[in-house]
Amino acid sequence: MNGIHDALAPAGPQALALFHLWNAMLVVCTVVFALTMAALAIALWRAPRATERASADLDAQPRKEAALRRSVVWGIAGSSVLLLVLLFASFYADRALSALPLADAVHIDLVGHRFWWEAHYEPHDPEQTFATANELHVPVGRPVLIRLRADDVIHSFWVPSLSGKKDLIPGRESTIAVRADRVGTYRGQCAEFCGYQHAQMALVVVAETPERYERWRSLQREPAHAPSDAQQARGRELVEQTSCAMCHAIVGTRAGGRRAPDLTHVAGRGWLGAGAVANTPKLRAEWIANAQKFKPGVDMPPIDVAADDLAAISAYLGSLE
Amino acid sequence: MSSRFLELERARLLAVVAVVAAATGACQRETRDFLPPKPGAVVAGAASAAASQAEIANAAAMVGRYEHNAYGTSAGKRLWTWYNCSGCHGAGGGGGSGPALIDDVWIYGGDAGTVYQTIAYGRPNGMPAFGSRIPKDQIWQLAAYVRSMAGLASADAAPNRDDAFLTRTPESFLDPQKPETVKPSAAGGRPQ
Amino acid sequence: MESVGALPSRPRPRKRARTRSAAAAHRPMVRDGDGPGSRAAEELERTWQEKPGLVGWLSINNHKTLGLRFVVTAFFFAGLAGVMGGLMRHQLATANSHLLGPDFYNQLFSMHGTTMMFLFAVPVMQGFALYIVPLMIGTRNTAFPRMSACAYWLYLFGGLLLFGAFATNTGPDAGWFEYVPLAGPQYGIGKRADFWNMLVTYSEAMGLMVAVDITTTILKLRAPGMSLRQMPLFVWASLVTSVMIIFAMPLVMLGANLVQFDRMLGTHFFNPAEGGDALLWQHLFWFFGHPEVYFIFIPALGFVSAIIPTFARRPMFGHDAIVLSLVTTGFLSFGLWVHHMFATNLPELGKSFFTAMSFMIAIPTALQIFCWIATIAGGRLVMRTPFLFVLGFFFVLMIGGLTGIMLGSVPLDLQVHDTYFVVAHLHYVLIGGAVFPLFAALYYWFPKVTGKQLGETLGKWHFWLFFIGVNLTFFPLHILGLEGMPRRIYTYGAETGWEPLSMVSAVGQVINDVSTLIFAINLIRTVFFKKERASADPWGAGTLEWSVASPPPRCNFFALPVVSSREPLWAPPAEVTHVQGLSAQIREGLTTTVIDALPDTRYAYPEPEIWPFVAALSVTIWLVWSVWSVPGFVWGLIPPALAFLLWYWPNKKEAKEELRWEREP
Repeated sequence: MNGIHDALAPAGPQALALFHLWNAMLVVCTVVFALTMAALAIALWRAPRATERASADLDAQPRKEAALRRSVVWGIAGSSVLLLVLLFASFYADRALSALPLADAVHIDLVGHRFWWEAHYEPHDPEQTFATANELHVPVGRPVLIRLRADDVIHSFWVPSLSGKKDLIPGRESTIAVRADRVGTYRGQCAEFCGYQHAQMALVVVAETPERYERWRSLQREPAHAPSDAQQARGRELVEQTSCAMCHAIVGTRAGGRRAPDLTHVAGRGWLGAGAVANTPKLRAEWIANAQKFKPGVDMPPIDVAADDLAAISAYLGSLE
Repeated sequence: MSSRFLELERARLLAVVAVVAAATGACQRETRDFLPPKPGAVVAGAASAAASQAEIANAAAMVGRYEHNAYGTSAGKRLWTWYNCSGCHGAGGGGGSGPALIDDVWIYGGDAGTVYQTIAYGRPNGMPAFGSRIPKDQIWQLAAYVRSMAGLASADAAPNRDDAFLTRTPESFLDPQKPETVKPSAAGGRPQ
Repeated sequence: MESVGALPSRPRPRKRARTRSAAAAHRPMVRDGDGPGSRAAEELERTWQEKPGLVGWLSINNHKTLGLRFVVTAFFFAGLAGVMGGLMRHQLATANSHLLGPDFYNQLFSMHGTTMMFLFAVPVMQGFALYIVPLMIGTRNTAFPRMSACAYWLYLFGGLLLFGAFATNTGPDAGWFEYVPLAGPQYGIGKRADFWNMLVTYSEAMGLMVAVDITTTILKLRAPGMSLRQMPLFVWASLVTSVMIIFAMPLVMLGANLVQFDRMLGTHFFNPAEGGDALLWQHLFWFFGHPEVYFIFIPALGFVSAIIPTFARRPMFGHDAIVLSLVTTGFLSFGLWVHHMFATNLPELGKSFFTAMSFMIAIPTALQIFCWIATIAGGRLVMRTPFLFVLGFFFVLMIGGLTGIMLGSVPLDLQVHDTYFVVAHLHYVLIGGAVFPLFAALYYWFPKVTGKQLGETLGKWHFWLFFIGVNLTFFPLHILGLEGMPRRIYTYGAETGWEPLSMVSAVGQVINDVSTLIFAINLIRTVFFKKERASADPWGAGTLEWSVASPPPRCNFFALPVVSSREPLWAPPAEVTHVQGLSAQIREGLTTTVIDALPDTRYAYPEPEIWPFVAALSVTIWLVWSVWSVPGFVWGLIPPALAFLLWYWPNKKEAKEELRWEREP
C-alpha cells in the first residue's frame, strides 16, 4: 500500500508534537552520548599503559581522586538536570496530544479483524452512516475521532505521519483523535502482532479537501451501482448466489454478509486485502481466484469458478465505484 | 547376535517409533494448510450428488487433514458462527428448528463423508444445500468441526473455548461419543 | 600460619573398635589448613572427588561443574537462536521474500526471543555466578548445591522439550511474550502455547532455585573478614540479581499457569466476555518481564566492575556508589513495567508515572558509567581483549540506554512502540549491555576455568568484527522503525522503501557470523591444541578466585582465606590469613555472619546425590503429561513428590560423621 508513512514527516498536529519531542530528545541524547564518549576517549588517551605484571596502585592520590570525584558529581548533576528537562518535554508533548480540539469531528468506528480494518462512519446517525474497509478518507483540517474496538485479538492502529499508535484490545474500547493538516495519502499498518498476516494488515488514510471529502462521502452513502452490461449482471448474480455473499456485503444487492470487507464501493479503493494487492483488473481477478497466494492465512478461501465466471465477478466488482 | 543386543536394538527401535509417532501426530495436528488440496487429489470431491459416493469413500483421508488438524477444526468453528449454522442448530449446537449436533444421535450418519454430503447437498426436512455457496475445503472444515462437537474428532486437535460468553462445554473437553443412526420421523427432522 | 578457631585436642582414652562405625569413629581426623601438596590437601582432594560412572556424573553438585554446564548449554542454545536470527535477517533483507512462510517465520521469531531470553541470557549469567561467586568469596561450594544441580537438569530438559516441540512444528508462534488472546484458547490453536507455558514454568523454577542458592551463599558463606563493605562488586551484582529473581520470577509462572488454566480447564482469567481481562496478562508478564532484562543486565555490570580494576591496575573508583547504584537499580526496575503497555488504554496519568520512573533508573546506571570512566582515567591501562570488550560495552550500551530514555517517554513511545526502533533498542542494550561484558568475562575467566588463555590476536579480531557487525546490523533498525516498519512482520512490499536499510542490516549480520566463527576457532584452538598452561593469576588481578590454581582444585581452597580488604591479593591481611582446622574428610566449610562476616558455624556441604536429577526428570514427566491431560496434572505430581521426599530424607551415616566433627574441637 502506497502512502507517506514516516514519523519524521508529520502531516498533523499530533505527529508534529511527537516530531518536536523526537528532535529534542535526539539532540539531548546525542550531546550526552558525545560528552560521555569524549570523556572515555580522553581517559583512554591520557592514562598511561601498563602490563598485567605491574603492581596495582593502592595508594590513591588525593588530588587526582578529588578531581575525579568532581567530574563524576558534575556528570551526575548534569545528567539529572537534562533528564528532568526531557521529562517535562515528555509531559508537555503528552498534554499536547490530548489537547486537539474536537469540535465538528468526523466520527469513525474502527474494528480490527484478522487481517483487515472495518470502518463505520458516523455510526450514531442512521441517515449518515456507511461502511467501508481499509481505506479511510478524511477532510483536511477537521479532527477525526476514531473509536477503536477489536473483534478477535489485539491489534494496533498506527498511521505514523498523523499520530502515535493506539491498541485495539478485545473487551476494551479506546479512542484516538487525529487531524490531517495537509492533503495526501498516509499509510498505516497494524502494529501489534495478530497472527499469520499481521505483516499485511495495512490501511491508508486519504486526506482530501473538504469538497472532495463531501463528494466521497455522498458517494459512499449511495447503494451499489447497478450493472451496466450483461457481464456485470452475470457477475452480480454470481456474487449473490455463490460464496461471495456468505461473507461480503454489497448494499443494494442481496449480498449481506458481515464477516468480510464491505464491497459496495470497492472499485474506488486503491488496494485489496488491506494492502496485499493493488486494485487493478488483473490483480483483482487473481485475488478473487486465490487470495491465499498473496496473503496465506487470510480468511478468504480460493474461489474455484470457471474463467469467464471469474471475469464476470471481477468486472462487476470493478464497476462498484 | 546376543539377546541383550537384540533387546537394546528393539528398545532403540521403539524409541524411534515413539518419537516418529509423536512427531507425525504433532505434524498432523499443527500443520496450517492454508490452501485446499490440489484438484485431482483424493479429497477434491465431485460436482454432482451421484459422484459424492467417491467423496464418502475417500473420507478416511479427510480425517488426518481436517479432524486431526487444529487449524481445520478451529476454522470449522469460525465458519459455524460466520455462516449462522447456530440459527437452526442452536447456539452451541444444542438444537432448535434443526436437530441437535452435540448428541450421539445422527439421522443420516455421523461419519465425515456423510456429514460432508449433508452440508453440501442438503437433506429433506429443511437442511439447505450449501455446496454452491461454500467452497469444498470449508465444507470439510465444517464437517470436522461438527464431528468435534460430538466428541468424535481428535481431542488434541478439537477447538477450545471461545473468548466469548460460555454457551457450551469446549469441544476439546468432550468425551468421545458412540454415534447411532436413527430414522427421521415422518413429521419433521426430529428422530423418533 | 596462625589459625582461627583451633583449640587444643583433648587426649582420648584408647578403646578397641567393636563395630565398623566405632572403628570409623576412631579414624585419625585430618584437618585442613596446610597448603597444596600436603597430606591435608591430598585428603581434601579425595573428599571432594566425584562419584564414579554415569550415576556419579548425573549426581555432581560441585558449583564449578554446574556453572560450566549452565554456560556451555546456554551458548549452545544461543547458537541455535542466533541461526534463527540470521534466517530472519535473510528473509527481511529483500521485499516480498518467499524464503519463509508466515507460519514458520512466526515460530522463528517467537523461538528466537524465547530461547535468547529464557534459555540463554538468564542461565548464562546464573552459570557465571555459580562458578565465580564461591571462588570470589572464599568458600568451597554453594550453600544448596543439590538445588542448583536440580535447576540445571530442569533447564536442560525444558530447553530440549521446547526445541523438540519446535522440531515437530509445535514451537510457540505468538512472540516471546505470547499475548492473550492470541495465545489463548480460541486463537492459540494446537499445543504451541502449551509448550511455551511449560517452558516458562521450567525457567522460573530453575531461576528461582539458583537465585536462592546464590543469595544464601553470598550472605552466609563469605570468607571471614569479607564484610558487606569489603565484598567485590561482582558478588554484589549477583546478590541484587538473585533477590530480584526471587521477587519477579514467580509472577511469570503464575501468569503462564493462569493461561494454561484458561486453555486446559476452561477458566476465564483473560476472557473479557466472562469478566476476565486481556490486559491482566500484560501486567503479570511485564511485572516480571521488565526486571528480567535487569537479571541479564546487572550481572553484566558486575562483570565490568570485576574487569576494569584489573585492567586499570587500581581499585574501583566510587565502590560504595556503585554498590548503592546496583541496589537502587534493582529496586527501581520493579516500577517500570507499564512502559511496555503505553499504547493500551490505561489512564494517561498512571502511564506518566512510569515515564518518570523509567527516566529515574537512568541515574544509577549513569553513576556507574561515570565511576568506571573515572577508574579508567585514574589508572594505568592494560589493553587486552577483556578490556576491549568492556570498551565496546560502553559504546553500544550507551546508545541502547539513551534510546531507552526515548522509549520511556509516553508520547514518543506511541510512535516507536512495536516497531523496529524497539528491536534496535533491545538488541543494543542486550548485546551491548550483556553480550559484550559476557565476552569480556569469558576471555577474563577462561584461564581460571580451563587453565589456558584464549589467543589475544584472534580475540582482537573477534572484538572488532563483532563491534562493527553489531552496529551495522542494528543501527539502521532505528531508522526503519521511525519510517513505519512494525515488528514481527515476515515480509513487506517494495513500495514501503524499507529494503535498502534491511539489506545493510543483513550484511551486518553476516559480519557477526564471521566474528562468531573467529571466536569458535579461538576456543577450539585453545582448548584442544594449546600446550601452554596459565598460572594462577595471569591478569594480576586482586580478588580471591585468582589465589587458587588454574583450573581450581575440586575443593577450591586447601585452607579457606581470611580477608581484610576489597582486593585481597593486592592487600593481603597482615596477621590472620587463613582458616585452619576444618575437616579434610567431610565436605566442610565455614559460615560467617551476614553483615560483618565474623566466623559463625561450621557447615557441612551436601554430598553428591542422584535425587536432584531424578526430581528434575519426574517434574518433566509431570509437566509433559499435564500438557495433554488434566488428570495427568494431578497424578503426575506423585513421582516428583516421591523424588523430593527421597531427596530430603536424612542420611544417618552422614549426620553421624558430621556430628563427630562438630563435637571434636
